[in-house]
Amino acid sequence: MTWNWNYVVESLPAIFQGMWITLGLTIACYLFAMLFGFVWTFVRRIPWRPLQMIIAFIMEFIRSTPPLVQLFFLYYAWPMVPYVGLTLDPITVAIIGLGVHFSTYIAEIYRSGIESIDKGQWEAATALNLSLKDKWTKIILPQAIPPTIPMLGNYLIIMFKEVPLTSTIGVAGMLHMANNFGSKNFAYLEPLTLVAVFFLVMSYPTAVLFRKLEQRMNRRFDKNNPTGKIDKGVVT
Amino acid sequence: MQGINITVTVLIASAVLSYLIAFIAGFGRLSNNIFIRKFTGFYVEVFRGTSLIVQLFWFYYALPGLFDIHLATDFWAAVIAIAMNYGAYMSEIVRGSILSVAKGQREAATALNMSRFQRMRLVILPQAVRMMLPEFGNYLIQMLKATSLVSLVGLTDILYHGDVFRSTHLSLAPTVYILILIFYFILALPLIWLTRWAEKQSSKGVASE
Amino acid sequence: MAKPIAVYNDVHKSFGEVEVLKGIDLEIAPAEKVALIGPSGSGKTTIIRMLMTLEQPTSGTIVVDGQYLWHMEKNGELVPANEKHLRQVRGDIGMVFQHFNLFPHMSILENCMVAPINVKGVPKKEARQRSVEMLEKVGLGDKLDDYPSQLSGGQKQRVAMARALVMRPKIMLFDEVTSALDPELVGEVLEVIRDIAREGEMAMVLVTHEMDFARDIADRVVFLDEGRIAEQGTPEQVLENSESERLNSFLSRFRS
Ligand SMILES: Nc1ncnc2c1ncn2[C@@H]1O[C@H](COP(=O)(O)OP(=O)(O)O)[C@@H](O)[C@H]1O
Ligand SMILES: [Mg+2]
Repeated sequence: MTWNWNYVVESLPAIFQGMWITLGLTIACYLFAMLFGFVWTFVRRIPWRPLQMIIAFIMEFIRSTPPLVQLFFLYYAWPMVPYVGLTLDPITVAIIGLGVHFSTYIAEIYRSGIESIDKGQWEAATALNLSLKDKWTKIILPQAIPPTIPMLGNYLIIMFKEVPLTSTIGVAGMLHMANNFGSKNFAYLEPLTLVAVFFLVMSYPTAVLFRKLEQRMNRRFDKNNPTGKIDKGVVT
Repeated sequence: MQGINITVTVLIASAVLSYLIAFIAGFGRLSNNIFIRKFTGFYVEVFRGTSLIVQLFWFYYALPGLFDIHLATDFWAAVIAIAMNYGAYMSEIVRGSILSVAKGQREAATALNMSRFQRMRLVILPQAVRMMLPEFGNYLIQMLKATSLVSLVGLTDILYHGDVFRSTHLSLAPTVYILILIFYFILALPLIWLTRWAEKQSSKGVASE
Repeated sequence: MAKPIAVYNDVHKSFGEVEVLKGIDLEIAPAEKVALIGPSGSGKTTIIRMLMTLEQPTSGTIVVDGQYLWHMEKNGELVPANEKHLRQVRGDIGMVFQHFNLFPHMSILENCMVAPINVKGVPKKEARQRSVEMLEKVGLGDKLDDYPSQLSGGQKQRVAMARALVMRPKIMLFDEVTSALDPELVGEVLEVIRDIAREGEMAMVLVTHEMDFARDIADRVVFLDEGRIAEQGTPEQVLENSESERLNSFLSRFRS
């Protein structure tokens, strides 16, 4: 066993520095995904079959191909694309790449939220002569969004765990710093373990928080299970 | 295109191993034995709480430093990382499905005077597995995407070959990556269909309530 | 007869291949109370939903207060209405639904205030005052800050009426507003409708299976059968002295 506490302490500053990048990038990618998710959701509602099918196909394509390859495409290939090609810095690539990838999942969540609203709500809003904008902002979205918050929250955690992918295109997050530090000293154990611990320490409490929230939401929305207790029991 | 076989082999090996782990850990978390329960719970939270790419690097670079363990080859380091990670996620599916079936069917099965083992094997599992299938399918697609990471620890999969080719033919980069993306999509298609089919199946044969 | 507030002119409606309304001609006078009766599936709901702009006629025209509802005139020609036109004409119409359709995320006061404020630009204070008055009128003055989930079915339906009334429509549509209620709650809702009807100025179209109630408040009863208006007249004519076999066999189901 070769665990070296001094080395752990030495590697801390670099990893800390990377942590801020990782956290900041997580938030940025997540916000981008939330916003872009709206774009998918609304474009898909345009009542024109061919467009809907094309959008559904594009979303399926983005969702079922690796985000790593998508990052490489944006980073290495996009500048070479004729006419629209553009050289992007790694952070921008990360935000767009991961943001768009996860926006396809987020859009699905929005959609399920919107479709869960009874059509009587739309009709009542029409009968009261509300404008299209008011129908969405005052009637539909305020009902559709709250039940999706736990699911959306989960994607924040998922995003956090995907962000280290961007180390491959040179974003100096936690994993990147740990790898650099490790390769300088030919010893990866401590810095990589430290990174893993950091991830765990940050994502586990957040996950617990969202699980609690989800239970409370279930309680509010599930009439068959008014206490909202999740059965943790042992199968007997 | 080269590397297809690596991608596919890694996928199959990780899938088989991860389903195995998912069942072991899923049952572990439902065990009567508190140590087994705590231990599997700990495993699940650690692997869900850290990132797959971090785990992969840890198995590849760090583990040999500790204990002097070498996971035989790069191939196995990669497969074990992916399988442990997705096994942890899917154990939650196993546990959740069994619990939700067990809740509704326990009394009926007890009334038939079945033993605990019979109950699990004859009544609960057949329904629970059907419930798990669509989620298993979804995770299979996730695993396919995750196999692209193995190129980062030196496995010569499709992405690895693509990268090598791109570094010598810079202007062809767009073509290379688009081809790779299409390749992954083609591999994903049957998995997508399988998942949809499983969704239909699962909505059929499960007692609701 | 005064200039009608709503006119259906040879209105047809098909869902896919199935024609459910086969030429409806109907005039509703201002302040007139019309009861629409008929077997289930005869097209009653569809008729009033078209007036509420929730369903578009396949052919024919509907005129509300002198203006085409589903059409607008452009260079002397009738073209399909756009949303702006619909919103303008729709302002005269209000509707109460079978399943209430209250907004569950708003208190009952907010349910009543949302439309006057956002659609008519009524100042918040005035909208509040009008809503409170209306809720008091339907007997819910003590529940202003409750949420729909805290109310009984009868109370919900009374809120729904207050919500529609605050908009001061010229025509109110009621689609079987008591048929989703427990029997003991029907009375309180009918009582409120009776009150509204007595006040007069507003035209009302009521789809209902409560024959005694219809006789009581309606100026005219319209019997709809298989997508056509089969009989119409005063309550006495239609409900008591009709020769029509279909109508009498329909009515016999409601006599105990
Ligand atoms: N959105 C719709 N799509 C297809 N068919 C419909 C739709 N709405 C109503 N119908 C059909 O039209 C007919 C008339 O329905 P409706 O107006 O609801 O009758 P009523 O209210 O008199 O019971 C029924 O046969 C019904 O099945
Ligand atoms: Mg009806």
